[in-house]
Amino acid sequence: MASGVKPRVKVPKTAAAGDSITIKTLISHKMESGQRKDGDGNLIPRSIINRFTADFNGENVIDVTLEPAISTNPYFQFDATVPESGEFKFTWYDDDGDVYETAKQISVS
Amino acid sequence: MQLTRRDLLIMGSVGMATAALGVTPALASLTDDEIAKITGGAEVGAGDLSVTAPEIAENGNTVPIEISAPGATMVAVFADGNPTPNVVTFKFGPLNPTHAASTRIRLAKTQNVVAIAQMEDGSFQKASANVKVTIGGCGG
Repeated sequence: MASGVKPRVKVPKTAAAGDSITIKTLISHKMESGQRKDGDGNLIPRSIINRFTADFNGENVIDVTLEPAISTNPYFQFDATVPESGEFKFTWYDDDGDVYETAKQISVS
Repeated sequence: MQLTRRDLLIMGSVGMATAALGVTPALASLTDDEIAKITGGAEVGAGDLSVTAPEIAENGNTVPIEISAPGATMVAVFADGNPTPNVVTFKFGPLNPTHAASTRIRLAKTQNVVAIAQMEDGSFQKASANVKVTIGGCGG
């Protein structure tokens, strides 16, 4: 399951130093829970994203462990403090070993 | 002793009540087990931790929830009516000012969403919200 996975992140482009900003992230992923059965009654194997992290200039903002009870296309909204200009780095870890990354710049005045 | 119809009715209803009681604690204890794994049996109090969830969720496949835990380092969320109670665990880093987060979860049926927060001083807090689910979200 590495096809069609597309991370989307919303971060303001500018902020004042020390401000708290709101970040929204969403990644398209089917998040197969391992509980569903296919037409023949066989269990569909689990295939989810099991971890998500957000860092700013190497410092951690949030570290999330996901279980099968997270909905399709996992969505997170949280706040972050921005002491200086820099880069947000978002990382998703898939069950199949894939790692999806995306980064956003923010300039602080 | 001869069994009358009244005796049978009483026996039947007692049996049903026992069976009904037997089902719910089994699921709830799964959640309790997971909570005990985190807290190590420590006392769990109440505090600033809050869970916001809709009272009624029409579609159990995506139920929006929001947790807010000022002063917490870690928050684990459980759903006590799901086949596996674990839902999500948030760990807050040094750059997180509010220690709050929202996400969307799956709920199999009407149940409680329980959050356990580990505070900076090592103590634990608990909060829960009841969600009525119209269509379950765990497939068949």
